[in-house]
Amino acid sequence: MKKMLIALALLALPGLTMASSGGSHLMTAPIDLHNKASLQKGAKLFVNYCMGCHSLEHQRYNRMARDIGLTDEQVKDNLIFTGAKVGDTMRNAMPKADAKKWFGVTPPDLTLIARSRGVNYLYTYLLTYYEDPSRPYGVNNAAFPNTGMPHVLWQLQGMQKPVYAVHKDAEGHENKTIEGFELVQPGSMSPPEYKEAIVDLVNFLAYVGEPIQLERQQIGIWVVLFLVLAFVVFYLLKKEYWKDVH
Amino acid sequence: MANTQGTTGLLGWIDERFPLTKMMREHLTEYYAPKNFNFWYFFGSLALLVLVNQILTGIWLTMSYKPSAADAFGSVEYIMRDVDWGWLIRYMHSTGASAFFIVVYLHMFRALIYGSYKKPRELIWIFGVVIFLCLMAEAFMGYLLPWGQMSYWGAQVIINLFSAIPGIGPDLSVWIRGDYVVSDATLNRFFSLHVIAVPLVLVGLVVAHIIALHEVGSNNPDGVEIKKVKGPDGKPLDGIPFHPYYTVKDLVGVVVFLIFFSVVIFFMPEMGGYFLEHPNFDPADPMKTPAHIAPVWYFTPFYAMLRAVPSFAGTQIWGVIVMFAAILVLFFLPWLDRSPVKSIRYRGFLFKAGMVLFVVSFLILGYLGALPPDPLRTALAQTCTFIYFAFFAALPFLPMIEKTKPVPERVTEQ
Repeated sequence: MKKMLIALALLALPGLTMASSGGSHLMTAPIDLHNKASLQKGAKLFVNYCMGCHSLEHQRYNRMARDIGLTDEQVKDNLIFTGAKVGDTMRNAMPKADAKKWFGVTPPDLTLIARSRGVNYLYTYLLTYYEDPSRPYGVNNAAFPNTGMPHVLWQLQGMQKPVYAVHKDAEGHENKTIEGFELVQPGSMSPPEYKEAIVDLVNFLAYVGEPIQLERQQIGIWVVLFLVLAFVVFYLLKKEYWKDVH
Repeated sequence: MANTQGTTGLLGWIDERFPLTKMMREHLTEYYAPKNFNFWYFFGSLALLVLVNQILTGIWLTMSYKPSAADAFGSVEYIMRDVDWGWLIRYMHSTGASAFFIVVYLHMFRALIYGSYKKPRELIWIFGVVIFLCLMAEAFMGYLLPWGQMSYWGAQVIINLFSAIPGIGPDLSVWIRGDYVVSDATLNRFFSLHVIAVPLVLVGLVVAHIIALHEVGSNNPDGVEIKKVKGPDGKPLDGIPFHPYYTVKDLVGVVVFLIFFSVVIFFMPEMGGYFLEHPNFDPADPMKTPAHIAPVWYFTPFYAMLRAVPSFAGTQIWGVIVMFAAILVLFFLPWLDRSPVKSIRYRGFLFKAGMVLFVVSFLILGYLGALPPDPLRTALAQTCTFIYFAFFAALPFLPMIEKTKPVPERVTEQ
C-alpha cells in the first residue's frame, strides 16, 4: 500500500510542473568535448568575436592550450591579442566602468556561462538573432527577448527574419509565436556552416566552464571500479565474521 | 605491573594514565548492539563518515578560499582550476553537504519508524534534533560562501524572515547581517561561524549523542530492550560486540555509500542543479534579483511550509512561526507518542497509515519548495503542511484507539 501511495503521488507531480512552465523551447547543442578541432575553432571564434567585450577571467591561456591540444607558442602567436602572458587569465582590455556606460550593462564574464545558463541556451541564443528595427541595434533574440547584445556574428550568419505562427487562445486573443526563421541577407557562411561554427563556440564555452570535466570522468571510472572491488572484499569479510551470529 | 585492565607494556603504561583500553571496551569491543540491525541502521555510521569528510575537505578548502565579497567567487574558481585536486575537494564538500542531509533524513526516519526516541532514549533524540538544527545552520551559512547569485539571494530571503518578527525584527536582521543588505560583513561572519563555531558545537553534540546512546544501548527494528534478557555471563543474549561485528558490517555500508557518492562527484557533481544550483555559477549581484529564488533541496520542505501560510493581521510572521514549529515539534516527539509499543512492526494500521501520509507529505513539500508558487501548488502545500502537523497532533490520542500487536520477548529472525 505504501508503494502504491508513493507511486500515485509521483504520478501527480509532473502535472504540477507542467502547470506553470512552458517557456521558450531550446534546441539541443550537439557538442563534443573530445573533439579538439572543434574546441580550437571555438577558441578562435571566441577571441576574435567575443573577447572584445567578454572576458574569461578564470581561464588561463596556457591551461586552455594544454587542454585543447595547442602549444603555448601557437596560443601566443594566434590567440593572444591583448599583450597578456601565456600564464595569464583571459581578460580583455575594456574597462568595466566604460563598458557599462557604452552598453548599459557590463558585458558579463563568460567563464561559467555554460554552467549557469546551460549549453542548449547558448546554442539557441546564438542561432536565433533576428531583424527587429524597433531595437537599438536593429536586432532581437528569440531565446533572450530584448537582449542588450548586438548580433556580433551577423557578418557570418547574415540577417534573418522571424516566421510567425498565430495561435488563438481560449478567450479568442491572438498570440504570435516565432515558428522559424528565413534568411533575408546571406552572410559569409552558409546556414549549415554557421550552425557548425556555433557548435564549436558553445563547445569551447562548455569546456571553459569546467576544464577538468573529461579528466574527472576518466578518474571516476577507476574510482568506482576500485570501490566495486572493495565492496566484494568487504562483503566477504563481513560474511566471514558473521558466520557465528545466530 | 598489571593494571585494572590487565594490559602490560606500552598499552599498560598508557592505561595507567588514560582509560584507553577501558574506552575501547566500553564503546567498541564490549559494547553490545542488537544482532538484528537492518538496512536502516547504516545511516548513523554514514553520518559520522560524512561529518569527517566535511571537516577534512573543509580544512583544505579554507586553505585557498578568500572570505571577501570581492574575492570569494573567484577563489572558488581558483580552487576548481588552479589548486591541485581542488576540484575534487570542492565537489566532495558540496556533494557531502547534500549527502549529509540524505543520510540524516534517513537516520531520522529510522528513529521514527522504530520508536528510537522513546524512553529511555529521549535525550539521544533531543541531541539528534539539535544536531539537525546545527546542520541546517551550518549548511545555510556555508551556502553563502561561494558568493553566487543563489548564495546571495537565498541568504537575503532567509535573513529577511527575521525582520518579520514584530518590534525587534528589522534591527535583528541588520544585526545578523552586520549591514543593511547581505554584504562583505555578512560573508565574513558566516565564514567564521561556518568553519569554526557551528562545527565545534556539532562535533560536541555528536559526541554527546553517541555517549547517550552507549549509556542506554541501541534500539532495534523490533523495539525490544536486549538488556532485559541476559545470559549467565551478564551479556545480553541478543547482543553482539559492536567490534568486530558491526565495524565490518558498517564497512560494507560505507563502500556502497562511497560508490553512490563517487558517481555523483565524478559524473554529475551538479546533480541536475539540485546539489549545485545553476544560477550559483553567476557571481552575486546585489543589483540583480533572480526571477526565481529557490533554496537547496534539503531546505525545500520547510520553505514550502513557510510559503504555504498566508500573511494575516498585516504580518508574514505566521509562515516563519510554522516553519520553525515544524522543527521544534520534533523536540516533543518522545512525549507526544504515548504508545507503549516502540517499533512500527507491532503498531496498528493507523500509525502505519499516518507514517506513510507523513512521509509522502514531506516529500511533496520538498518538491513544491523548489518550484515557483501558484494557487494549485499553494493549496497542495497547505494540505501537506496540515498533514505534517496533524501527524504529531494525533500521536497522543492514537493509543486510545490503536490496536497494537504483542511485542516478542527476544528479537526476531530476519
